Amino acid sequence: MGLLEVSGPVMTGPSSSHTLGALKIARFVYKLMGIPDRVVFVLHGSFALTYRGHGTDRALLAGVLGLKPDNPDVKNSYDIAKMYGIQYSFEIDDLGDVHPNTVLIKAWKDDVYNEIEGSSIGGGAIRITKINGVECSLTGDYPTLVVVNKDKPGALKDILDCIKTNIANVYLRRVNALQGIALSIIELDENVNDDVLRCLRKLDCVIELYAVVLEEGEML
Amino acid sequence: MKFSELLEIWRGTNLEFSEIILAQEMIETGRDPEKVKLNLRRLMLVMLEEAEKNFGKKFHTLTGMTGENGYKFSSYKPLMISEFNHVATTVALSMGESNASMGRIVACPTAGSCGVVPGVVYALKKIVNASEEDLLKAFIVGSGVGNVVAKKATLSGAAGGCQAEIGTATAMASAILTYYFSQNPEYVGHASALAFKSLMGLVCDPVGGFVEVPCVKRNGSAVNVAIICSEMALAGIQSVIPFDEVVEAMYNVGKSLPESLRETGLGGIAATKVAQSIVESIKKNWENS
Repeated sequence: MGLLEVSGPVMTGPSSSHTLGALKIARFVYKLMGIPDRVVFVLHGSFALTYRGHGTDRALLAGVLGLKPDNPDVKNSYDIAKMYGIQYSFEIDDLGDVHPNTVLIKAWKDDVYNEIEGSSIGGGAIRITKINGVECSLTGDYPTLVVVNKDKPGALKDILDCIKTNIANVYLRRVNALQGIALSIIELDENVNDDVLRCLRKLDCVIELYAVVLEEGEML
Repeated sequence: MKFSELLEIWRGTNLEFSEIILAQEMIETGRDPEKVKLNLRRLMLVMLEEAEKNFGKKFHTLTGMTGENGYKFSSYKPLMISEFNHVATTVALSMGESNASMGRIVACPTAGSCGVVPGVVYALKKIVNASEEDLLKAFIVGSGVGNVVAKKATLSGAAGGCQAEIGTATAMASAILTYYFSQNPEYVGHASALAFKSLMGLVCDPVGGFVEVPCVKRNGSAVNVAIICSEMALAGIQSVIPFDEVVEAMYNVGKSLPESLRETGLGGIAATKVAQSIVESIKKNWENS
């Protein structure tokens, strides 16, 4: 926290936790896979109780559409979603022992499916807490690689060998023992370049690869 | 860093106070002072742009509980307050209502208290013809005051009640006014302390949990607290208790507030009969639409 966080940010109202935080969680989905064809938002706790009066629904939809928090069109996200022909729905459910402001986002695009769970923890700060069932704790402030990889010896080593930038955090878990699939989430200090992505795509152990990059203005 | 330590550096160096705040930011966060200054300038310019655009407008807010207060106040000819207060109050109300209708705001320091600082910044520009450069210096000083609160206490209504949100906004606004007119950091400390003391203990009790009632109108009244505390400090009135200790006291009061008075929408005016029936009818409307 510094001067800029105290006197800012520029955002769409009315609430940093219920509007800005929600948008940032949903925008992580957009940065991961682009605009989905179909999306389901499962709202928990305070999100479930008060989402309409805080515009949480519009903020979430704006997020998966890739709108930035200060975009004046955030409030028109229903219209924009219709323009893109996106199927969307909001559901209310108990997601268990999680932060009161938590949302689970299920997103489909072509034949790809991802689900992201995140919490808005106050003042617009967020934590991405689960990616496709793998627990993590991402702040959204680091460039992140999400890799679905074969669950075999040396896979993580091959992946890390491709990455030339400094690694901040790594999460790895077997997601399907039967099919031999694991998921690696790698937070980096800097955006990776195309060479790194090419190197990763060439790897035999990499099944799916997503790169969440930070854009100009998101990093100081 | 404490405010008293910033004052000490200023007394020892006689550097311009906003430069001291930027240098301190570099020590704490490693951020380039020039970049921070540019980003703060952008925040200030967005405030001014939004204040101009939304001044006295009617809004359709998310719940409909507010929306025409800025409009009413701007069309009214005040009987007691100055033109400066009138403009600042109109901006504070209008920004609060723009926020409640999903408009673009600067969360300075929070979304719910987003009207107070733009109120004084816009009034300085419109009524006093403040130059951008002088305004920015004062804005940096105001941000520095807010940063002391963020570091030593909290800016969150859920943690410290409304005094932490609107109280900080008011202390920041009072600092901006005082620095603009005096360039004297000691006066700034007194003005900010006086502002906090005026709002000490204020609870966060939004009707239905939504950022509209009483938030919008609290922005309108708080901007006047900022103005009068600045006037008192400029007159040489001192806060008996120094700013850092007032911040600490505010934090302790915040921590001792029950949860019902910390942004849960369960206590204070949110718990009144009228509030509850309003919330019921809002929810019924949503179900039907």
